[in-house]
Amino acid sequence: MAVIRDVMPAFQLLQPTSIADAQSLLAQQGTDGMVLAGGMDAFDWLKDRIRKPKTVIDLSGVEEMRGIRAVAGGGLEIGAMTTLTEVVNDPLVRQQYSLLAQAASLVASPQIRNQGTLGGNVSQDTRCWYYRAGWPCYRAGGNICYADTPVGRNREHAILHAERCVAVNPSDTAPALIALDADFVIRTGKGERVIPAEDYFVGPDIDITRMNILKPGDLLTSIRIPATWAGAQFFFEKVRDRNVWDFPLLNVASAIKLSGNTIQDIRIVVNAAAARPLRLKSIESAVRGRTREASTGEMAGKLAVEGAVPLQFNAYKIPLMRNLVKRSITGVEEASWA
Amino acid sequence: MGIVQWATSPLGQHVPIHIAWFLIWVALIAGMAFLIVHVIYMRFFAKEKEFAPDSEMFDRAQLPARVPRHSLTARLFHWVMAVAMLTLLFTAFLPKVGVPMDWVEYHWIAGVVLTISILFHIVHASFFLDFWSIWPDRTDIQDAWNRVQRFFGKPAPAPRKFAKYPLENKLYHGTVMFTGLAVIVTGIFMMFRVRTIFFPRNPYLFGDMTWGLMYVLHGLAGAGFITLTIVHVYFAIRPEKLPITAGMLVGTMSREFYLKEHDPSRWAIKNVNQPQPGTSDGD
Repeated sequence: MAVIRDVMPAFQLLQPTSIADAQSLLAQQGTDGMVLAGGMDAFDWLKDRIRKPKTVIDLSGVEEMRGIRAVAGGGLEIGAMTTLTEVVNDPLVRQQYSLLAQAASLVASPQIRNQGTLGGNVSQDTRCWYYRAGWPCYRAGGNICYADTPVGRNREHAILHAERCVAVNPSDTAPALIALDADFVIRTGKGERVIPAEDYFVGPDIDITRMNILKPGDLLTSIRIPATWAGAQFFFEKVRDRNVWDFPLLNVASAIKLSGNTIQDIRIVVNAAAARPLRLKSIESAVRGRTREASTGEMAGKLAVEGAVPLQFNAYKIPLMRNLVKRSITGVEEASWA
Repeated sequence: MGIVQWATSPLGQHVPIHIAWFLIWVALIAGMAFLIVHVIYMRFFAKEKEFAPDSEMFDRAQLPARVPRHSLTARLFHWVMAVAMLTLLFTAFLPKVGVPMDWVEYHWIAGVVLTISILFHIVHASFFLDFWSIWPDRTDIQDAWNRVQRFFGKPAPAPRKFAKYPLENKLYHGTVMFTGLAVIVTGIFMMFRVRTIFFPRNPYLFGDMTWGLMYVLHGLAGAGFITLTIVHVYFAIRPEKLPITAGMLVGTMSREFYLKEHDPSRWAIKNVNQPQPGTSDGD
């Protein structure tokens, strides 16, 4: 039977106006409900008729989830429904956390950034086309990964931490937020939970059907960025097939505190290499206390790809990641390989 | 709501992909229900065990105080298998009931340990132990029938004492054997779907339908082991079975228990003058 594309299946639309109402509705609907933030990910699922939720809970009317607020004592709180354009244009973000502004500015196209939200960008599902085409793969509850077969199209897929499923997380803002040591605020039926950004994401080894820890009934309400890394030296680079509008083949975000030219502290995060953004803690430890120079970056790049397992068509990601990690430490100019 | 989860393959085939996960709860509830029913039966309806007199005259004085039952090798096999089985059950089903964990590697490693221990057991039991001691014989069937008739108040001769293993034990072993073979054979093939150290991954080894049926059989047998494990642990800790359980720990049982429940002509203890734990011919 032919699949009708672009015509969404019928569903009940609920439009709460407060976080409490939204969470309550999500809890009531359970697995029958679908959250709609900016709709940039959700509408694909609906129009392709791969997901047919009974209810869609549209968060666009929840004003408390919008906006960027300075927090007493330093830092920012960004509502999950704040659009990516608002994040990019916010003076405080640009001044103190330009890493996030840069990452957000590289998401998709201007139109999508006008509509897409920060919460949606970090919570979006993977782009693996086998999965998104509705095939019964591991991530969809089945017993096979169609991308990890001898003829599977896996150019964009994982080189690290693949566990049966080789899909990757496509978010650009997620690595930046992890590098900034952000916390995610989640409203659940039991109250509010605040968790470090890196713990928000889940790999297939832990749960193969989810990209993050949100369970039915949970709602990401805001993201808090502490003052810890405000004004640090930042680096963000995204490599994609089409520079005007595409998901990352790989991206890297780093925040560095220098003492002279010595790396005092650092956080490096890579995304689209695995099913969750990877904070490279061993690299951070290895370069902390070292001079910020080409040899340090080179060493970090080589360490970063240890254990990488390429698939049939994505071996290029290994040198790409090696180089991106190097550049994230030394900067683009210093990063030419000896 | 079926017991099998179906999906449409890329070729448009309607194929099974695994069991419906509610069967985990069905298996758990079935095990608990058996336990409750058996407790009630034993408390209110069960009669005192009655056995026919021993068929042959036996010199009880020749028996050692501790009768050897399981050799050290047999006991080690049992406990290795138990640890592997519990690891398999927890790693298979906890993630399905909402306890997320990194389970795949632990699962297949435990599966390999189980497989090796079972292969060892087959060789050990076939060539070094009394192979037939765990299989029901004609006397077991006759005695079981007599016990049923006597339970319902009909006249029937008292059953004979047990050989090394009671009939229930033998039937349980048979059930575990077939269920175990099902999970092991399907599990070995399923290892071709993940990366292991043994052979290259090959998801095309079978077609979608065959793979699906394999996952379903693996799941059904695995869920069956939830019930079987509950039943096994329950009997292991029942007061009247504790001497048998202790035998699996220390290798021997008391002479009194042996003479009370077992027929020396059906389970003869050799070398009775020089008792050595674990030298029973019937391990």
